[in-house]
Amino acid sequence: MSKVRVLAGTRKGAFVLTADGKREKWDVSGPFFAGWEVYHMKGSPVNPDRIYASQTSGWFGQIIQVSDDGGKTWNAPGGGIQKSPQGFPMGESNRFVYDSAAAPLTTHQWYDGTQHPWEFKRVWHLEPSLTDAEAVYAGVEDAAIFHSKDGAHSWKELPGLRGHGTGPNWQPGAGGMCLHTIVLDPSDPNRIYIAISAAGAFRTDDGGKTWKPINKGLRSQFLPDQDSEVGHCVHHIAMSPRRPGVLFMQKHWDVMRSDDAGDSWREVSGNLATDFGFVIDVHAHQPETIYVVPIKSDSEHYPLDGKLQVWRSKSGGCEWEALTNGLPQKDCYVNVLRDAMSVDQLDDCGIYFGTTGGQIYCSPDGGDTWKPIVRDLPPVLSVEVQTLA
Amino acid sequence: MNAVPVRVELPFHLRNLAQVNGEVRVEVAPPVTIARVLDALESRYPVLRGTIRDHDTQKRRAFLRFFACQEDLSHDSPDKPLPEAVASGNEPLLIIGAIAGGGDQPFRQTRSGTEF
Repeated sequence: MSKVRVLAGTRKGAFVLTADGKREKWDVSGPFFAGWEVYHMKGSPVNPDRIYASQTSGWFGQIIQVSDDGGKTWNAPGGGIQKSPQGFPMGESNRFVYDSAAAPLTTHQWYDGTQHPWEFKRVWHLEPSLTDAEAVYAGVEDAAIFHSKDGAHSWKELPGLRGHGTGPNWQPGAGGMCLHTIVLDPSDPNRIYIAISAAGAFRTDDGGKTWKPINKGLRSQFLPDQDSEVGHCVHHIAMSPRRPGVLFMQKHWDVMRSDDAGDSWREVSGNLATDFGFVIDVHAHQPETIYVVPIKSDSEHYPLDGKLQVWRSKSGGCEWEALTNGLPQKDCYVNVLRDAMSVDQLDDCGIYFGTTGGQIYCSPDGGDTWKPIVRDLPPVLSVEVQTLA
Repeated sequence: MNAVPVRVELPFHLRNLAQVNGEVRVEVAPPVTIARVLDALESRYPVLRGTIRDHDTQKRRAFLRFFACQEDLSHDSPDKPLPEAVASGNEPLLIIGAIAGGGDQPFRQTRSGTEF
């Protein structure tokens, strides 16, 4: 029988939640890296027991951890499971250095509109390669994309993105100027989509050498020129691997859709009660079925009227229904952050999301009913799901 | 001159990261300075590289402090000799996480919390 493994990054450590295909009884392990923020964890599609984790701290900086046994044990690469002669861990995987030779370290826009130098802060998102378990991309703050070909031992920037030339017009969102979304195209290994708050979405068609902004159709009231090429606060992008080129976006405000690989976008917010939010995802088997969690507003980051609702569209947007069965419908004031929703590959497709209140909810039936897997974790930063044979 | 054992006390999270308990001792050739102590520490525990000082600039991370002999040495030159009591191994060099902070910039600390 198939199993699922949920990888939850939280404000105070990482947790691994496992269940069989019924998704009723869960084992919870963790916290791993207790006391550290774990922004994101994700397993390799090639080797599901290979999991990458971003462990970070405002005090101590960035660590990358790697597991080769499905999250039971972890090592900071640089020596892997090998220890120094004294028996101490040898890892040194936290070296993220901008390639200033290829793309000079310029400035980006600061909150007050002045220019501010690029500075590495942390890794927001890890995206393992679709074809090589040793290869992984990292989206970082201040916004840039890095690549490792050796299991996260060493990292090199893909400087064409940061060096695109529009950098002085990129600006941080409330969480910082972060590259938080990386989507790999399974039909074209040279095509990668990324999103930055607040610069917008970009695409490469040559494996990361050059990038183009793909923000046509996005409108952002906080910009002097609402149709600006860059500067948009894209919160998340999702794509069904079954239909590459069709993208769904939760922007700061507005839910958007592109049918031409991001070359143009149209709004599909339709009848959503509010179209502000962070997460968006696509059903594993129905590429026109998409999910969002509406949040009241950019000033009030909690559900409308204290009712936690996932909204589902079975028509690729515009027509939405509220899913509430099993979710709190009063006095609920949590948020659902941008990397905190995921789907499994089972039939029925399971939908999962985590909240800043520490709950992780699972719907084993495509969103019709929901149950909490856990209720009292630290604030959940990210949720990824692996479907295991 | 011969290297001498210098005592270093790490904050909780860095002890966990390096998988050590309590105080650590590193061999440092005189003159014993913060830079030399950190060189020795990172050589013995490579996982600590980048966690106390920046990889490239070698500057102390903003929310860490260096104390010894009831003095705050955080803003001293990293090449200034440490007090004799530390150099002789009688007193430890304390690496301390600031009691507040952990964000990256004042902006963050003035908000109710980082949102993603």
